[in-house]
Amino acid sequence: MYQILKKQTLNANTKLMVIDAPHVARKAEPGQFIILRVSEDGERIPLTIADYNRETGAVTIIFQEVGATTMALGALNEGDCLHDFVGPLGKASEFDGMKKVAVVGGGLGCAIAYPQAKKLHEMGCEVDLIAGFRNKDIIILEDEMKAASTNLYIMTDDGSNGHKGFVTDKLKELIDAGNQYDAVIAIGPMIMMKFVSEVTRPYGIKTIVSMNTIMVDGTGMCGGCRLTVGGETKFACVDGPDFDGHLVDFDSAMRRGAMYKAQEKQAVERREDHCNLFKMEVK
Amino acid sequence: MPNMNPKKMPMPEQAPDVRNKNFEEVTLGYTPEMAIEEAQRCLNCKNKPCITGCPVQVKIPEFIALVAEGKFLEAAAKIKETSALPAVCGRVCPQETQCEMKCVRGIKGEPVAIGRLERFVADYAREHGEEKPVKPASNGHKCAIVGAGPAGLTCAGDLARMGYEVTVFEALHTAGGVLMYGIPEFRLPKAIVQKEIDTLKDLGVEFVLNFVVGRSETIDELFADGYEAIFVGSGAGLPSFLGVPGENANGVYSANEYLTRINLMKAYKEGSDTPIFHAHKVAVVGGGNVAMDAARCAKRMGAEEVYIVYRRSEKELPARLEEIHHAKEEGIIFKFLTAPLEVLSDENYNVTGMKCQQMELGEPDESGRRRPVPVPGSEFTLDLDCVIAAIGTSPNPLIRHTTPGLETNRKGCIIADDEHGITSKDGVFAGGDAVTGAATVILAMGAGKRAAAAMDEYIKNKQ
Repeated sequence: MYQILKKQTLNANTKLMVIDAPHVARKAEPGQFIILRVSEDGERIPLTIADYNRETGAVTIIFQEVGATTMALGALNEGDCLHDFVGPLGKASEFDGMKKVAVVGGGLGCAIAYPQAKKLHEMGCEVDLIAGFRNKDIIILEDEMKAASTNLYIMTDDGSNGHKGFVTDKLKELIDAGNQYDAVIAIGPMIMMKFVSEVTRPYGIKTIVSMNTIMVDGTGMCGGCRLTVGGETKFACVDGPDFDGHLVDFDSAMRRGAMYKAQEKQAVERREDHCNLFKMEVK
Repeated sequence: MPNMNPKKMPMPEQAPDVRNKNFEEVTLGYTPEMAIEEAQRCLNCKNKPCITGCPVQVKIPEFIALVAEGKFLEAAAKIKETSALPAVCGRVCPQETQCEMKCVRGIKGEPVAIGRLERFVADYAREHGEEKPVKPASNGHKCAIVGAGPAGLTCAGDLARMGYEVTVFEALHTAGGVLMYGIPEFRLPKAIVQKEIDTLKDLGVEFVLNFVVGRSETIDELFADGYEAIFVGSGAGLPSFLGVPGENANGVYSANEYLTRINLMKAYKEGSDTPIFHAHKVAVVGGGNVAMDAARCAKRMGAEEVYIVYRRSEKELPARLEEIHHAKEEGIIFKFLTAPLEVLSDENYNVTGMKCQQMELGEPDESGRRRPVPVPGSEFTLDLDCVIAAIGTSPNPLIRHTTPGLETNRKGCIIADDEHGITSKDGVFAGGDAVTGAATVILAMGAGKRAAAAMDEYIKNKQ
């Protein structure tokens, strides 16, 4: 069992948890992920490792409550335990020789972009961090991102923080202003990563994306997470999750991501029914 | 006086049109009376050829003689002397090519039903207060096992009985390997596998779940932690896909994913957190036991039409005869001499069918089987909404990529000698599918057993 050491609410439906998992903390590197099960009958879901502490054996995860399992996870408190927590999984990100990069995070993706930026920043790399959110109320990790970057640009879709526009607008602006990036690292919803890759393609800037596909085991034994990269079938859990954004077939990856949409909705409804029944019993 | 009936005592089973709608065990097992009667068919012959057909050398005539006398618990103890998982083997071994193939009674009539008797004895002992094994006194030496499948479990059990401190590292959240995620409940109830694993815990074997060797720790780091010998039984879990256009469409599964969702994650249960696609028309590509399991699962998940698409003829099907027979009874449709050309899908990327080609058998290939060759102009389309690829698996590359000095062959299998499981790396032993590529449960168990003996010798020689 893996105890929740700390729980923090970052915005209305985004939470941070620090989990006691020494085996994971010992080997974790930026870009890697874990798979967890909340309870005995639960499903396995992948979440990126947002931070780790090798001395204390603690691993930080940040998640958005988007469905039945993340809602169940969000309902747990400090001191509660997760049934299963396995990792680190996937390949660590490769940053060798990078001097100046743009890290682009979209929404919850910022939680994943943050450790990448932090590692690059610690390596002495110049980091422009572009973080995008729908509005100012859901901005997360602002201080942390500021500390992990040379320049931080927080964009909101509606301009509610004063900087209106998408991350792609800011990225194009920075490139056109003459910034020479060794690489652009984009992490967020697939549609965002697709458009970031389209922005950089004409400039020939190396673009690394972190693919968030459906996973079951996360160790390479099922191929549920497979996607097409440069015309070849790859498994995101072992060959990735980082891939060259200019080679990924985003359209098919997005359609595969929607495969269980109806069942995911039913699971949320089941959970809500269950919660309502529970409320009635309490009365 | 032996029972000279030329036929095996039949085993009761669920009716085909009942069982293809549930996940309960198909075969129901012998009653004590049936077991005694079948046991009396054994001639207890002098040279005991049956034992030579068993990869773990179960003392077959001895345990069967005890069954004939009604001494079922004693019979169970006799099997346990050499086999770690009798309730499993009695169910899933291909006895027709092993112990029963060598049975003298099989020359004129049917062989003695050794598998059914083994199963009966193991089930009887489990249900009638078999004594818990006691952890033997420790010899102070530590061994690590990588992978909790049949090879690792057998190796762990044998080492624990010799007094070693054994730790099994397993990547998934449940021990058992293919016994838990692959073979379905209706062929091998998971409660039975769990009970066999609990027996190993009673022997002192420690299980560390959620631990991916190669990521959580490497083999070299395990040595640094004080393990003196390591057995790698990590299996062949990496699925092959079809290699045809459209195979990444929604509704195309590897058999590993389909079976893992159903068996390990219990997606067959109403309201399961783990979703699965409820298909109406399914094609399973392949002809092995995994293909039969996937097809029979799809039927039980409510599919109206389930096809087995196999590129050779019925004669070459590698699956167990009993399972092919069960699949046919349950309404699975066999398309022999058929190969997939392309998976077809609609604008939403959902599977709509599969373009296939008729084959005929040509000259024998290097495996000795006649090679299937396409018949020109024979293309046709099957209407489908789901395709399951069950065309084989190979070893996961994680361990070979993270273990310097461990040699593997062209297919990614660990190179180890068959007799002892000795690899190119000092102190590392290997067996099961990680060495052979996808094979059978009992062969993996045999390899685990031989490696345990070799590890014991290795550690003793070092002192």
